Amino acid sequence: MLDAGRHSNINLLAYSEVEEVEGEVGSFKVKVRKKARYVNEDLCTGCGACVEKCPSTVEDEFNIGLGERKAIYKYFPQGIPSTHCIDAENCRQLGQGKKCGICAKVCQAGAVDYEQQDQLVDLEVGAIVLATGYDVFDPSVIPEYGYGRIDNVVTAMEFERLLSASGPTHGHLDRPSELALRAEIAVLDKDLKKATRQIEKLEEKHGKKTSKFLKEFKAGKAGEDGDFERWATLAEKAADTEKNLAPLKKREAAAQTARKLAFIQCVGSRDFRFNRFCSSYCCMHSVKEAMIAHEHDNETTSSIFCMDLRAVGRGFEEYKLRGGKTANILYVRGRVAEITEDKAHNPIVWYESTTSRRVEHETFDMVVLATACVPSAATPKLAELLGLELEENGFFKTDPLAPLDTTRAGIFVCGCAQGPMDIPESVAQASSAAARAAEVVSMAGEVAVGGS
Amino acid sequence: MKRRSPRLRIAASPCHSFKWGMKLAKDIRIGVFVCDCGSNIAGYLDCPSIAEYAETLPNVVFVKENLYTCSEAGINEIKDAIKDENLNRVVVASCSPRTHEPLFRESCAEAGLNPYLFEMVNIRDQCSWVHMQEREEGNEKAKDLIRMGVAKATLLQPQEPIQSEMDPKSLVIGGGISGMTSALALANRGYQVYLIEKTKDLGGLLRNLSKLAPSNIDAKELIAKQVEAVKNHKNIQLFTSSTIKEIQGYIGHYDVTVSTNGTEEKFGVGVIIIATGARVFKPEGFFNYDGKRVITQFELEALFKSKKFKSKNVVMIQCVGARDEERKYCSRICCLTAIKNGIAIKEQNPEAKVHILYRDIQAYGTENEALYQRSKQLGVRYIKYDQEKPPEVLDNTVKVYHHLLGRELELEQDLVVLSTPLIAGEDNEELSKLLRVTLDENKFFLESHVKLKPLDFATDGVYLCGNAHYPATIREAISQALGAASRASIPLAKGTMTVEPIVSVLADEEACRGCGLCVALCPYGALEIAQTEKGRKVRVIPVACKGCGICAATCYVHALSINSYTDQQVEEQIRAFLSG
Repeated sequence: MLDAGRHSNINLLAYSEVEEVEGEVGSFKVKVRKKARYVNEDLCTGCGACVEKCPSTVEDEFNIGLGERKAIYKYFPQGIPSTHCIDAENCRQLGQGKKCGICAKVCQAGAVDYEQQDQLVDLEVGAIVLATGYDVFDPSVIPEYGYGRIDNVVTAMEFERLLSASGPTHGHLDRPSELALRAEIAVLDKDLKKATRQIEKLEEKHGKKTSKFLKEFKAGKAGEDGDFERWATLAEKAADTEKNLAPLKKREAAAQTARKLAFIQCVGSRDFRFNRFCSSYCCMHSVKEAMIAHEHDNETTSSIFCMDLRAVGRGFEEYKLRGGKTANILYVRGRVAEITEDKAHNPIVWYESTTSRRVEHETFDMVVLATACVPSAATPKLAELLGLELEENGFFKTDPLAPLDTTRAGIFVCGCAQGPMDIPESVAQASSAAARAAEVVSMAGEVAVGGS
Repeated sequence: MKRRSPRLRIAASPCHSFKWGMKLAKDIRIGVFVCDCGSNIAGYLDCPSIAEYAETLPNVVFVKENLYTCSEAGINEIKDAIKDENLNRVVVASCSPRTHEPLFRESCAEAGLNPYLFEMVNIRDQCSWVHMQEREEGNEKAKDLIRMGVAKATLLQPQEPIQSEMDPKSLVIGGGISGMTSALALANRGYQVYLIEKTKDLGGLLRNLSKLAPSNIDAKELIAKQVEAVKNHKNIQLFTSSTIKEIQGYIGHYDVTVSTNGTEEKFGVGVIIIATGARVFKPEGFFNYDGKRVITQFELEALFKSKKFKSKNVVMIQCVGARDEERKYCSRICCLTAIKNGIAIKEQNPEAKVHILYRDIQAYGTENEALYQRSKQLGVRYIKYDQEKPPEVLDNTVKVYHHLLGRELELEQDLVVLSTPLIAGEDNEELSKLLRVTLDENKFFLESHVKLKPLDFATDGVYLCGNAHYPATIREAISQALGAASRASIPLAKGTMTVEPIVSVLADEEACRGCGLCVALCPYGALEIAQTEKGRKVRVIPVACKGCGICAATCYVHALSINSYTDQQVEEQIRAFLSG
């Protein structure tokens, strides 16, 4: 990534969108909207002082809502270009009309620019490569899997963030139900602290302990003072909060990281209700995630529920077998029918085992949904803009014998924008698309469509 | 942490009185950057205390801890420190040089410091990651590593990259769909291509196939189109019935000898693409294979081609000779072949019965899964079998245990088709030795990096694609072939090669006796013996040298040395370690 950012032949337009494409192979004219990030890229050193001081906190999309970020932020630490961006909607100064300006004040480089506007950039190019990637299928449309309703049912992408050493849990498999519990405790703790502080002030002012005051107050012997009503309410509230906190804290103390995992394959793929196709890479990422979870904690066991376990690359089958032998992975052939939840927030997986020919159920600590790879939301719009056909599943259409060529000469597509594939295939395809683009440019008009 | 064995202490005894920490080289100004790598390092080691320790090391005048030294902010700190602090050596203690050394070197260069005055210390992969549970010991080890890095940095000398001209021609080995596609892609860009095919015809395995899926075109048609393009291309010189006799040289300068029916021809090329394909496994001894009643998918294709196919009850068995003890790998394409041929049978005769006995149906992706579903609609029946309970082929039936029914079925058959894997080409070992490239445990060619460099070899200037790499569909083979051409065209387009100067040098010419031991051991052909005025002496071909150090380690008169890894530098590192 950094290489691409530093290459003298690459002009990187990040946070930008293509608005118009005219012309034909050899001489396309492209209009690109470079969106205002309210930070001058050339001046920003990426030091992050602004992030530290920014008062607005929002959910962090990169950690899929499992963590938090500020309104001025970097999408992820190693992002290129290494600069920041203000999320105008959540910024006090830009979006909420409040006086703030803290980031501009702390920025020593003077890079924050609240007046920055979108810029339109005109490009002239000979060929275009689409590498627009994919979206992850939203499993909340499958009600029987309970995603969104059952805390400890997560997507593979969320699970990746939990597994990541630089993720929200530093690689420990803390269950989302426990994360929610901790967040709840933190809120109550904060309330309690605030109330306690106020109570202490009152105690000092009136020179008596709250317990004594309450006794007098209830007996109507406290006398008259503007503070007393408030004091009594505060005391009551503090006592309530404390009472509520106790069981939560007890639960938190007993909480353990997830050790018994279930992976559900083909969530949204090979499913005629949603996508008929196979997403190619999910079998392997489930095996990988189960392996990493086991590496992190040797007591972890995983069950992978699948129809076929598709391990088709070099070393994949061997890796799968190794997982079974050394990482406590059990491969269960059967499609999961439903996921329910018990009182301790443990998901229960109901499935038909094709080996025992019975409906079985099993309780797990956490369930990971291997969600489908679907065309990115903007694909239809981009296809229209570029005048390209999509295939039946909504990916950019290519020909099996000209695998990088779209339906328009001079425009090529690689990676998951043309269908689900794993990293090696995407990287190989990226080179292939570059080859086709170079071929077209160097033959300047001589060739048109077709790699073969 | 116990780390000083008595033996090592004795080994270091000549410099027993030597206190490394007291040696202050004149005018050496070292900057040390300690990277947190987010929490990858800082999560397990105490980076601030490590940075503090670095400040106490001799010649170190500047120390900085970064959240990510590789981020643009971190890089700018290195550059600024070089200028502001007048640094003339830089040490980064972070991750692996494999991924990040080039970046840091380049950053030094951008700030005006010779990039070879940079030293990298790996305190992540070899420290924080492996000592996650031992914080204290990990910290000490990180300090040791940094002390050693600083010691070496003190002795680093500036180096200049080595430049070499590129021969702009290329060699493609193998005339199947991959080789032809690669050759055409390079030729269309204007590069001269030599295309070598072992047999008398182009086309490879595809020559034996009938219809292709999902394109539904005749394999013959596809080949014909490509063959014509190859034969008529002015930039492609084609050698059929030819084998590679010899290849010598290195990226930019390969001397190739090709033998065509005994006649030899020599030419030079700059880059080489391996597209030698694979073979079909012949399942002798499996499921009563006889090539008549029990045949392979490959033989079924021949029946289709010759229009001799007439069977009405076909049973196909998957994973024959694959995913077993002998060949553990999944051959990726056999399920797709079975599905495709199942469809072909049903299309020819909807009354015919086709049963496919499988372990997992590998119809990955969009097109393949669609094909699988279509075959089911057409009435191809799939039955999963267990590796432990394989089907049994009898005279007119196949017995298989059906999981869902929980009992054994006996399927009528008048033809059994075995889906066998693709296996590595018979010449792979010879070719891998000729080109000094690696093979995997199944003798397929092994790429340099499975994810980041899927089409390159560790040896520069050699690339791979198609079945030579691993079984691939036609779509994948074409895509890889174009990709390999793209990779190969990068040095061709640049015209000159720039090579890292961390290579072997004849540091002490007097000492060299021209014994040739190093020449025999060099795995890259980077050394030769030359007759000079001073007698027989070794000569290094820097462009071919990978700096592995075998020669320097072998040379018993210490005549050869590796730039940036001289004996003196390495000894200094060891001393620094022992003095901790």
